[in-house]
Amino acid sequence: MVVLAQRPGYYGRFGGRFVAETLVPALDELSAAFEQIVRGESFQQEWRSLLASYVGRPTPLGQAHHLAREVDPNGAFLSHLWLKREDLCHTGAHKINNALGQVLLARAMGKSRVIAETGAGQHGVATATACALFGLPCEVYMGAEDVARQAPNVGRMHLLGAKVVPVESGSRTLKDAMNEALRDWVTNVRTTYYCIGSAAGPHPYPEIVATLQSVIGEEARAQCLARGGLPDAAIACVGGGSNAIGLFRAFVQDEGVALFGVEAAGEGVATGKHAATLGAGRVGVLHGSKSYLLCDADGQIQEAHSISAGLDYPGVGPEHAWLKETGRALYLSATDDEALQAVRRVTRTEGILPALETAHAFARIEDVARGLAEDLGRPVSILVGVSGRGDKDLATLLRRLS
Amino acid sequence: MTRLARALSRRKALIAYLCVGDPSVEESVALAHACIRAGADVLELGVPFSDPSADGPAIARASQRAIARGGGLDATLRVAEAIRADEPDAGIVLFGYYNPLFVRGERRAVREAAEAGVDALLVVDLPLEESGPLRAAAAEAGMGVVPLLAPTSRDERVVAVRRASAGGGMPFVYYVSLTGVTGSADVDARAAGGRAAALRAELGLPVVVGFGIDSREKALETARAADGVVAGTALVRAIESGADPAARLAAVEKLVRELRAGVDEA
Ligand SMILES: Cc1ncc(COP(=O)(O)O)c(C=O)c1O
Repeated sequence: MVVLAQRPGYYGRFGGRFVAETLVPALDELSAAFEQIVRGESFQQEWRSLLASYVGRPTPLGQAHHLAREVDPNGAFLSHLWLKREDLCHTGAHKINNALGQVLLARAMGKSRVIAETGAGQHGVATATACALFGLPCEVYMGAEDVARQAPNVGRMHLLGAKVVPVESGSRTLKDAMNEALRDWVTNVRTTYYCIGSAAGPHPYPEIVATLQSVIGEEARAQCLARGGLPDAAIACVGGGSNAIGLFRAFVQDEGVALFGVEAAGEGVATGKHAATLGAGRVGVLHGSKSYLLCDADGQIQEAHSISAGLDYPGVGPEHAWLKETGRALYLSATDDEALQAVRRVTRTEGILPALETAHAFARIEDVARGLAEDLGRPVSILVGVSGRGDKDLATLLRRLS
Repeated sequence: MTRLARALSRRKALIAYLCVGDPSVEESVALAHACIRAGADVLELGVPFSDPSADGPAIARASQRAIARGGGLDATLRVAEAIRADEPDAGIVLFGYYNPLFVRGERRAVREAAEAGVDALLVVDLPLEESGPLRAAAAEAGMGVVPLLAPTSRDERVVAVRRASAGGGMPFVYYVSLTGVTGSADVDARAAGGRAAALRAELGLPVVVGFGIDSREKALETARAADGVVAGTALVRAIESGADPAARLAAVEKLVRELRAGVDEA
């Protein structure tokens, strides 16, 4: 199976560049810079060397024996459970892979200021960190609701010297932060680099972010091969889709590796209070690209709901829409409660406190393994993208799990 | 000559933007009539969108209020129809974001707009490269699609608009006066007007200027060289600060008359 994007900036019929005219030349400039700089040798050398010395890459591939035995005591359907440990990255999540790369790109493009949007605050922290490292001023837009529920990350951004701008409009979460970042960018486009945190937004952002996050899957694939072979499935949580696409891309051509994304079902897809964009949304245009999104029949974007701020987004990156449409990846969902139970389970059995976002992926391991084992007639091995650690979620966890 | 071309050719044009549904769908009809009475040649009927990322705080607030009061594509089309019934000559442009049109289906949206008496569509987040399907649908219905150009648009984008305009269906060009969102204060009206005139010479189409035109002076400065001016945020603010329907109507009429005087003096 060959899966290639047909039109530049498009993944099948998804993607594109739906932005105000003012931004089109900036996106052209960014596309050109991406091709010349990011794909160029000196950028790759500097970025790779920082990934090693600063981020702590390669991140380990660990085996979760105890969790596997808790899920499947007799080894009837789950033979191996592999964890790709992005939670061990500097700043606590995969977001730094992308932020560091984009801030390097901003510097190479001669931009004097960096802005970002953030939901859980992980991308905000990652961008603020990269900006601190390179001495660039940084402003992070964050929904007022998320400022309240991710307080530790707000404090971290302040310490890193970034300005955090609470966004009071709309649902006061990630989508509104992105609107506000776009408004800033359209106003200051000549001097400002907009560092988008997920594999979403107008072309070339989905491609930039996926390229930078692909380090996750490249490493994981090599690590799996070195430890005995490719997994039967890879599974990751999906907000905008950056950690998932970063994991998936390396395996897309491996037909024996099934790909599963897990979205946030919030209080349950049937309640309408969820963020299962691919599972329950429709095709539309939001934040510059055509993809699945949550909107009503009049085209108004609906609010997403999830206990995890990083998945609380009514859109999703266009490449996932296409992987869904081609059937190459399957998208499932997990509720708030299932994610909470998964946090408890993973923490107790493995001594790893996963982010609430990541916990959504853990929550579907059993179903995925059972289903796949039935299809294949043998126990299966599963690779989980552990996108981040849960320290930032402590307040929520203590409140909801006590 | 299309109705819109006529509306733009009578005199330097004044174009009034309203966010339909703010403060209510019914009141939008009255406010639109008031705009025309006071001297607007063309109405831009704004379809409120939940995520207006190209708009400043005033229009973003208005959009939220409008959606809460039942505003949206259907309501905007109803308002267009009501205005058209009384105003056979006014230009009516449907102004908004792409998703409501895309979700409706472009062909159906264009057909419904044509039936409601709309002359053209202006979609702020649909650059020329992505607008092929909408322009094709619009051409079938005899409806125009208005392209935007901005201070950041380099020559190749102007050339692209000129090429696309060869097929017809571009009643005018909307020049965005500044790099920013709607309602920004620091517009250089004279420079924007000058750029509009240069674009007009290059494109052979009327060029109007919008973003930041909020006073008689700015309307005058801009319209000296441009074919027309668009007032949006200033009207939305006038509506926002009016305590009751009569006050809002009076504030809108007064502002439109001032802007008209500025444009006429140019
Ligand atoms: C730990 C973690 N995982 C996942 C996500 C979701 O983003 P994405 O789908 O882009 O990986 C976030 C977003 O903040 C996050 O912090």
